[in-house]
Amino acid sequence: MRARATALKLEAVHKSFGSVEVLRGVDLEVGEHEVVCLIGASGSGKSTLLRCVNLLERIDAGRIFLHGEEITRRDVDVNAVRRRVGIVFQAFNLFPHMTVLRNVTLATSRVLHKPRAEAEAEATALLERFGLADKRAEYPDRLSGGQQQRVAIVRALAMQPELMLLDEVTSALDPELVAEVLNVIRELADGGMTMVIATHEMSFARDTANRVCFLDAGRILEQGPAEEIFTHPREPRTQQFLERIIAAGRL
Amino acid sequence: MSADAETGRGDRGDRRSRILGDLRGTRNIGIAVTSTVVFFVVVAVVIANSAGWPEVRKAFFDRKLFGDSFPEVGHAFLLNIRIFCIAEALILVFALAIAVLRGLPGPVLFPFRLLAVLYTDLFRGIPTILVIYILGFGAPALQLSGVPNSPLFWGVTALVLVYSAYVAEVYRAGIESVHPSQEAAARSLGLSRAQTLRYVIVPQAVRRVIPPLLNDFIGLQKDSALVALIGPIEAFRQSQIDVAATFNYTPYMATALLFILLTIPLARLTDWLIARDRRRQSAGGAR
Repeated sequence: MRARATALKLEAVHKSFGSVEVLRGVDLEVGEHEVVCLIGASGSGKSTLLRCVNLLERIDAGRIFLHGEEITRRDVDVNAVRRRVGIVFQAFNLFPHMTVLRNVTLATSRVLHKPRAEAEAEATALLERFGLADKRAEYPDRLSGGQQQRVAIVRALAMQPELMLLDEVTSALDPELVAEVLNVIRELADGGMTMVIATHEMSFARDTANRVCFLDAGRILEQGPAEEIFTHPREPRTQQFLERIIAAGRL
Repeated sequence: MSADAETGRGDRGDRRSRILGDLRGTRNIGIAVTSTVVFFVVVAVVIANSAGWPEVRKAFFDRKLFGDSFPEVGHAFLLNIRIFCIAEALILVFALAIAVLRGLPGPVLFPFRLLAVLYTDLFRGIPTILVIYILGFGAPALQLSGVPNSPLFWGVTALVLVYSAYVAEVYRAGIESVHPSQEAAARSLGLSRAQTLRYVIVPQAVRRVIPPLLNDFIGLQKDSALVALIGPIEAFRQSQIDVAATFNYTPYMATALLFILLTIPLARLTDWLIARDRRRQSAGGAR
């Protein structure tokens, strides 16, 4: 397990919004090809953690490394970092004024400067792979939530990121659409994509994650292999959280 | 209403004209036509039989004078068209620059934001006609080398300055109405701030503000007549000349008609653009 190279490393990361301290010293290491699931109650800091890694939020203290290179230095080119880190949001955030194809090719053509034909061919291939080939000329509002989220994943994948961050990507979906998105993520995991996934889907976390981290009040309270966290949680807070999840029928 | 219930899709893509209402079915159309004809016949009869009508008709709607003045006024109206075509093109660009300037982040750029705020406050505060006078008479009076003397130039400049202040605010409202998550999504893909504005924020903002933007442009079209006050003979000035020669107000009516004829197609075009956009994004799919 520990033999693989480190893809992402967080050291004592702190982040506050106003007087509210959302992250209170987070340490986390993610190996290459590893899938780490972040679980925890709403407000425990999962989303903020992911947004900090993507530099959408500036951290107040601590350091973040991507493949050994510190990305939280002041002089770092944030656009260059974001090119290497894909993020998918809970609310999809597709560009409503662009077709699916344009959504996917915007960054590859404008940021990576790929020729139009090449960008479109790659995007089409990716869309095909995720069963969206016939939607390439549609506008996002015409798609189901599950389809939109799959497009959002394809959009991030098109940049060929070294690391994917998924921020509760199924939370905004109707229950019957959750599976199609989770299947896509499983496929990515099988393909060796390094991922950090904030999720409320505990059974998904259990069978996909190499490691599960329980966040509580801005700290990683407990982490370990999924089986261990879900069956023998050590911390009382983790036990409490999981009991509530089980009571809600989510595990 | 009932049609909504029937098809179950009173949604965005299927909204009918507010004015025409639900005119499906021959019976409804028949009723609408009959009531319209009856209404306007009654109005016409009432007006034609009212006491002062012959005088009004003579002073404002003299057919012969209308025929005489229309070509002249129409020719002068080409100048109005030129004035606001040039002004509109400049305003669209200039106002967007101001709106973007005003939205720049960070403490270093504060002076630019301040400048944009001052600009909009200033030029929305001063009456248009005052700006036209100040620039139209004042600027050439300075006799500075390299500064144009043409009143037309200064008239257009004044309109651009005044209307850009309004249009910049319209743009700003549009930009602020685009949800921050759109910016986050674009930046997360590695797009720079400028690229995010250009490809993601501004296109969505502009689509949303097309109706108020058009509203400002209708105002601009009408205010092109104000440029006459510093010299150029556009439609309004020409009709004044004609009125002075005949002591009859019909040339004014000809000018009014020209302005209306220009505005209506613009309004319909905008409606059509909005409807097309809505169709594409929601109901109609890719086309």
